[in-house]
Amino acid sequence: MNENLSVLGVFSLLSILAVGGGAAVLPETKELVVGTYHWLNDDQFRDIYGLGQVVPGPNMLMVIVIGYHVTGFMGALMAFVGFFLPAGALSWAASRVWDHFEGSPWRRSLQQGLAPLVVGLMASGTISIARTAIDGTLTVIIAFAVFAGVYCVKKVNPALLVLGGGLVGLALLSGTGAGMPPS
Amino acid sequence: MTSSTPPVPGATAEGEPPAPYAVPRNVPLWEIFVTFLFIGAISFGGGVVAYLRASLVIKKGWLDEDHFLSALGISQALPGLNATNMSIIVGDRLRGLPGALVAFTGMTLPGGSMVLALGVAYAANAHNPYVNATLVGVGAAAVGMLSAVTLQIGHKQLGQILNVAIIAATVLMVSVLHISLIWVLLTVGPVAVFLFRPRKGAEGADEADARERKAP
Repeated sequence: MNENLSVLGVFSLLSILAVGGGAAVLPETKELVVGTYHWLNDDQFRDIYGLGQVVPGPNMLMVIVIGYHVTGFMGALMAFVGFFLPAGALSWAASRVWDHFEGSPWRRSLQQGLAPLVVGLMASGTISIARTAIDGTLTVIIAFAVFAGVYCVKKVNPALLVLGGGLVGLALLSGTGAGMPPS
Repeated sequence: MTSSTPPVPGATAEGEPPAPYAVPRNVPLWEIFVTFLFIGAISFGGGVVAYLRASLVIKKGWLDEDHFLSALGISQALPGLNATNMSIIVGDRLRGLPGALVAFTGMTLPGGSMVLALGVAYAANAHNPYVNATLVGVGAAAVGMLSAVTLQIGHKQLGQILNVAIIAATVLMVSVLHISLIWVLLTVGPVAVFLFRPRKGAEGADEADARERKAP
């Protein structure tokens, strides 16, 4: 069986479904990668999502790592091409016709209608990660601290807060076996 | 004191409207690549729109505010990530398909190569307690950050009952009922656009509608 083609197929589907960006497609990504295909377990998915948070650029570049876990570097390439080519080609084509609809009132309706849908999908993405990532008092405290930092202090680099969360975990959890795969 | 700037040819008395914006011609491909490579290397944590605006509108002047918002509107309404869709659309405006390709490559190269390197290291250290404890902390921090970004983007909409209903319906379908995203998009999407359909009347009629609906 060709797993590379499965990776290409799954991420191409997710690419087309990613209306509203990466966070919106996060629950479906987890559903397919963990639930349907069993490429990763819950903890691995949470860890790889975390890796996406500490690098610059779009967080969803983490799909590369998911592909790598399935079939190595070829899988990484398949996941990248699958996730970015269909949506990218669509944007490229659509931007060339979009301006013809300048002034169409439906364009505004589309943007207004999709905005709350996207917020709902982002909330669901947060819930989907929280179900695995929030496990014990310390994780709740870290999550609240970062929430307050990002929401209240506008001029903070979010990647530093995420790395700070990692350091707190390293300092306080490494003796507890937290996050270790079941042996 | 004399001004060091020479008079601009064609500059006229104040009150003259500014020249209409035109897409700059013949921006070198390498400059497009380097600009997006820089944005791709410094944009952390979902704030990419702010970095794009600072670079493309303010620093480079490749787009004016209206064209920037229009490109952002397309990026948001279509599938795909805002950051990569924006790079493709802006690259295409500047230099056609080659421009789109170099802009996309620049945008994804720094983060993509870094996350792959981290991913390879992670796969080799999956049983290391220090790595796992760190990633538990990172995961918890990511939840805090995602909640904050969701609230920042959604907080304008929470005052309107219609928006809240659409948000709640979406969360219910995805997170509680576990309905596949395809069906959520195909049902909630058209209903939401219909609810915000164009109305006859003056500009701002939608806001008035929303106020009426909220009133008892």
